[in-house]
Amino acid sequence: MEQYALEMRNISKSFPGVKALDNVNFKVKPKHIHALVGENGAGKSTLMNILSGVHPFGTYEGEIVIDGQVCAFKNIKDSEAMGIAIIHQELALIPQLSIAENVFLCNEQTDFGSVINWNKTHTRTLEMMKKVGLNEPIETKIKDIGMGKQQLVEITKALAKDVKILILDEPTAALNDDDSKHLLDLLLELKEQGITCIIISHKLHEVTKVADEITVLRDGKTIETLVKGVDEITESRIIIDMVGRELVDRFPKRSHQIGEVCFEVKNWSAYDSKDDTKLVLKNININTRRGEVVGIAGLMGAGRTEFVMSIFGRSFGKKIEGTIIKDGKEIQIKNVSDAIKHGIAYATEDRKNAGLILIDNIKSNISLTALDKVSKGIVIDENKEIKVVEDFREKLRIKSSSIFQKTGNLSGGNQQKVVFSKWIFSDPDVLILDEPTRGIDVGAKYEIYTIINELTANGKTIILISSELPEIIGMCDRVYVMNEGRIVGELDAEDASQVSIMNCIMQSNQEVYHE
Amino acid sequence: MNKVGNLLRGNLRQYIMVIALVVVIVFFQILTGGVLLLPLNVANLISQNAYILIMAIGMLLCILTGGNVDLSVGSVAGFVGAISATMMLKMQVPVLPTIIVSLLIGLVIGFWQGFWIAYVGVPAFIATLGSMLIFRGLTYVVLKGTSLAPLPAGYTFLASGFIPDIASVGGLNLLALLLGIVASILYVFRELSIRKNKRKYGFEISPLMFFIPKVVGILIVINAFSFTLASYKGIPMVLVIVIALVLVYSFITMKTIPGRHIYAFGGNAKAAQLSGVNTKKVMFWVYTNMGVLAALAGVIFTGRLNSATPKAGVNFEMDAIAACFIGGASTSGGVGTVVGAMVGGLLMGVLNNGMSIMGISIDWQQTIKGFVLLAAVGFDVYSKSKSK
Repeated sequence: MEQYALEMRNISKSFPGVKALDNVNFKVKPKHIHALVGENGAGKSTLMNILSGVHPFGTYEGEIVIDGQVCAFKNIKDSEAMGIAIIHQELALIPQLSIAENVFLCNEQTDFGSVINWNKTHTRTLEMMKKVGLNEPIETKIKDIGMGKQQLVEITKALAKDVKILILDEPTAALNDDDSKHLLDLLLELKEQGITCIIISHKLHEVTKVADEITVLRDGKTIETLVKGVDEITESRIIIDMVGRELVDRFPKRSHQIGEVCFEVKNWSAYDSKDDTKLVLKNININTRRGEVVGIAGLMGAGRTEFVMSIFGRSFGKKIEGTIIKDGKEIQIKNVSDAIKHGIAYATEDRKNAGLILIDNIKSNISLTALDKVSKGIVIDENKEIKVVEDFREKLRIKSSSIFQKTGNLSGGNQQKVVFSKWIFSDPDVLILDEPTRGIDVGAKYEIYTIINELTANGKTIILISSELPEIIGMCDRVYVMNEGRIVGELDAEDASQVSIMNCIMQSNQEVYHE
Repeated sequence: MNKVGNLLRGNLRQYIMVIALVVVIVFFQILTGGVLLLPLNVANLISQNAYILIMAIGMLLCILTGGNVDLSVGSVAGFVGAISATMMLKMQVPVLPTIIVSLLIGLVIGFWQGFWIAYVGVPAFIATLGSMLIFRGLTYVVLKGTSLAPLPAGYTFLASGFIPDIASVGGLNLLALLLGIVASILYVFRELSIRKNKRKYGFEISPLMFFIPKVVGILIVINAFSFTLASYKGIPMVLVIVIALVLVYSFITMKTIPGRHIYAFGGNAKAAQLSGVNTKKVMFWVYTNMGVLAALAGVIFTGRLNSATPKAGVNFEMDAIAACFIGGASTSGGVGTVVGAMVGGLLMGVLNNGMSIMGISIDWQQTIKGFVLLAAVGFDVYSKSKSK
């Protein structure tokens, strides 16, 4: 019999009203990188939460076997004691504390039981950091380092706990290509050092590159486990497993009917919200036409989100200068409700913290942007509201028990559909979408793209910000390239490619360098 | 079977405080040998707690915005009482203008608080702590450390007057009985229309085995209540004020745009802001509203005491805050109802009153109330964490 580092046998778990996991079997061989893939809501996170003790023993059926030993975790501490560490998508670091303090948080190196031994803490942190290739003074505060390095600190923290099975949930979702590559290389290295990794990811090209085995979940069931070298592993095969059908095209076709220019931003400049000596947006000029999808490409920190938020009711920036022209007339936007009145909508990249009110239901979330449409005076006509929201739920196929379900209990893709609904409800002419498919599975992405196409078919303008270049190239009619707070290139759909976009960025970097 | 269980659990959580209130009432009714629900004592209960209930309404809106509280309401109530007593007794201003000026002062105090909290950005806790000290001090200044009494009858009518009866039937107040019946009819209609709407949209409706006992139970309560009032002096003026406020504020919070904005703000300030909710404006008006209600409570409390004293209103803020939290408001905002806060306020009122009748000293009353608050919120937090 083959020896597994981890076996999860016949795991079933129900939440009120939903069966999240149905007889799932998940087996991981020692010193392997095992990828767990599936659509949002397929049950990946639930499975990992059971493994890490977030859902304690007794709340699920089935058993967990680690190194041949049956385990019953009552909490996270129990699972950590067995060498399991989970790194969540939202990192669990304390921004105000230093790297060393974070690494040994809750695992303090002490003398006499409770006095922290800082020398030991520091030397051990350095030792661990060397292993992951993190080169930063250990006194540096977490808030002062980038996402990529923060991710490394998380891994360091896991190593400090003597981890045997490391679980990473969407580790590269927020990272740029360089940092992602570094992280994946690190995983391969850790494998050599004898650590078993479980990686949850939507980025299939990364998964196929590093994983030794891939388990696909769909609707709470194990579909199959692919083994490198035995099965033929291709992205399309995984996608078929994930969605249960073949996706012919990742980007739905659309008829291009582009009208006249309807929205222009001219000579737009702004200073940082927190530091009004720092110019972050530098003389930006863009325009968009009716029925057009205009992309804004750029690296992390290029200022894309800052730019669109400063347009959207001055939600970012100080000392903002420049003009906004809509349908040939200059408009004044002082706050968000002005922006909405002028037909501008902005769907944020940060769905959970800034896009939705998670404790409220679907209905209240969708109607919030334009309550006056379902009201007489200030009194809300609830029947009308329900009807409108019910329409959206049907049209956008928001998977939910009813419009009274809390948005906090929806999967990522469905949450995003609620965000879309609320902005479509505000009836905008210009819809700004900031990373609309981040953290969303392939099937839901396709649906989101279809919605975008329907909107443009109705003469709306879409401004699409995305860090995934294939998405920009696949969806946009025209692409602006942004770098260091300025527009450094404008490309038509035919000219836009990963290479041409990166070229624009590199060239502008050189220009800055020569200045 | 599971479904019924789920439904029961859902309804149970919703009504748990109402059930607790009933239990406490029954408990004290027995312990006090039936004194608690004597008509005289019921009228007392109402006038003893009206000002806390009024403050709790305003406090609930503050808490909804994100667990913010207003610590100054007791001091504001005391201050407004001092001003109105001074106006009437020292400056011979008639009653009606005095009341109007008192409420306007509350409005201005509200603007003042709203300005600091919403536009300057001082945390509500600190801003209202400051005002608590300021207005307590000013109350002493206005009254020069002494009490002013007695107050004109017109002024005390708000707090301790009764609505004149239209006719008396066998020693019972007819108006009270009639209003009880009217309220019953309105209630039944409302319940039926909610049910009809729910069915129309295909939502789950509670089965008749829950619905009918609930409606019948509430009808009994309404009519027993009006009968009790009828057998004393009829309908107290403060009851009219409180019920009117509860209806108006329930409507505002549940059915209007500003109400929705308050809940959205408390649920997620950033998301609300990016959805076009003017969060500063919401904050400003919530505290302005609190100022006015605190002033109204001040007028009523002063009228009830029939004197203005420098210590009037001390610790009222704590009772109002406790009422909201006992009534199910969330400490992080976005969750809570006006009716819930009223139930919380009544629960504490009945505890106070029952213990007083039993002769339990004020020190012990405080202690017990503290435990009740802790138990109520503790239970709420615990049951929420279980349901996740």
